Amino acid sequence: MARATGDAVVVAEGLHKRFGSTQALAGLDLAVPAGTVYGLLGPNGAGKSTAVRIFATLTRPDAGRAFVAGHDVVREAVRVRHRIGLAGQYAALDEGLTGRENLQIFGRLFHLTRATAKRRADDLLTRFDLAHAADRLVRTYSGGMRRRLDLISSLIVSPAVLFLDEPTTGLDPRSRNEIWQTIRELVADGMTVLLTTQYLDEADQLAQHIAVVDHGRVVTSGSPDALKAQLGGRIDVVVRTPDELESTGAVLARLAGATPDVDPDRRLLSVPIGADTLTLPAVVRLLDQAGVDPQDVAVRRPTLDEVFLRLTGNPPDASRDGDGATLKETVG
Amino acid sequence: MTTIGTGVQDTLGLARLRWRISDILTVCHRNLLQLKHAPGQIVGTVAFPLTAVVLFGYVFGSAIPIAEGANYRAYLMPGLFVMSTVTTLVTAMITLVGDSDLGVMDRFRSMPAERSSILLGQTLSDLLTNAVSLLVMAGAGLVVGWRVQTGPGSALAGFGLLMLLQFAISWVGLFLGTVIRNVQTAAKLGPLIMPVTMISNVFVPTEGMPPVLRTVAEWNPVSASVAACRQLFGNPASVAVDPAWPLAHPITATIGWSVLLIVIFMPLTIRRFDTGPN
Repeated sequence: MARATGDAVVVAEGLHKRFGSTQALAGLDLAVPAGTVYGLLGPNGAGKSTAVRIFATLTRPDAGRAFVAGHDVVREAVRVRHRIGLAGQYAALDEGLTGRENLQIFGRLFHLTRATAKRRADDLLTRFDLAHAADRLVRTYSGGMRRRLDLISSLIVSPAVLFLDEPTTGLDPRSRNEIWQTIRELVADGMTVLLTTQYLDEADQLAQHIAVVDHGRVVTSGSPDALKAQLGGRIDVVVRTPDELESTGAVLARLAGATPDVDPDRRLLSVPIGADTLTLPAVVRLLDQAGVDPQDVAVRRPTLDEVFLRLTGNPPDASRDGDGATLKETVG
Repeated sequence: MTTIGTGVQDTLGLARLRWRISDILTVCHRNLLQLKHAPGQIVGTVAFPLTAVVLFGYVFGSAIPIAEGANYRAYLMPGLFVMSTVTTLVTAMITLVGDSDLGVMDRFRSMPAERSSILLGQTLSDLLTNAVSLLVMAGAGLVVGWRVQTGPGSALAGFGLLMLLQFAISWVGLFLGTVIRNVQTAAKLGPLIMPVTMISNVFVPTEGMPPVLRTVAEWNPVSASVAACRQLFGNPASVAVDPAWPLAHPITATIGWSVLLIVIFMPLTIRRFDTGPN
């Protein structure tokens, strides 16, 4: 699995963490290269948020080690805190203060001078289109605005790594797109982002690398395309009448050397691409010879959903028992 | 985007102390800003002491007999000062639980600010708000006949003692805040502070209480603090012939109780806050 590499900004080696009877992390290994968006993808309770909490020095691992920007998260926690930004699933903001006051106070706690903190707050509010609401109490903000303010709160000091724990969970599609756009802009500036998500399209859209996390460890990792390729493609044939299923099945079986999966309701036959003889032109030609005029023939790339299902045995969005440790997790 | 680095990475000595103080003041400032945006809370801070003086001084006071010729309000005021001070335990607890629940504390904890400074900032803002409450209360007390019968030095010592007590009490509240972690539970536990303050000499002398209750009341740190204030302000006190040790030496006892609470709860709370949930 992943080991510490020269340019990795976030490194985890065999992280273990248990909350009561829940084993949140069971030997998590990770290496996040600088300047990339790295997605931690997994179902609720997989341990993604616990990993982020350890990287952000909010909780300590029971075993294993983690480094952020070259610093040990336990022994050099204060140094780590100088180099990270953290934005969460639950907008960690002061509801009773205005947006501007929130940013200024965070700036001061990042040890900026009063003047710099003020200027920085103004710059960020303008850049991220919140200037109009700067002097309103956060309590009056919409969900999307809160999330945006939360995100820019983590940018007060340009961090070496930005941790985003489920940045768009619970947002409407429009707000989600806005957040995605903001994240893309940050990455264009060269920031390293470690993102946790349970949405496959989010990981697909934003991340260059994905680590699939399940039961507290990384099950597999790679680029979204590489993950999809692991599963291989399929050829799907949809026929016009149910009585064509049998003859079509025979053609596919001959080419693929395997019995196709049949879905009679959708009149769909499907075989995995593997044998050299199985190509789209060959399928079309042989079906034509057999007198079958299919409604549709297509090569289908697997979706990340399928990759996920294959790897974890669970559909991605299925909640399961056991606590998903979130940024605001209150396990005692 | 302009690159902004954190102000100081490797700070030593004086610079570090300066940032520590800055962090404490920043967190304190934040809490006071919240008050500014919630005028209702300011009204509460002022109205509670006034209501307490009227309610306990006149409504209950009219039925509570005290030593011959003594003014009950003069007897009561030190009790109310301590009551106001002790109930800040609930404020400290609920503020911390609420901030933790929202995730604000996690954000603070992920920042370079020293974690103990964050807690000290909370304590400082509680000290300031209670100081305002005490001032309002003392003003009301003067109107209803309470006086400092000693000198300005003793009066200052009295208020100083109250602040020491509050600093100690805040750490108990913050400690509970790191343990509870649930806003509803914290809100339910809050009112339990009432019996703690009432099983004491705040409203009535302890001599008349049944033996067990009397022992509890006399060893209650609240009683020692009230007795200490009565002594320092020169207000009427009703001390039994055979008081428990804390009531015989109220000032020493109050300092002792406060130091004990600080020594136990301050390091414990800072450690729990630093380590995070386990």
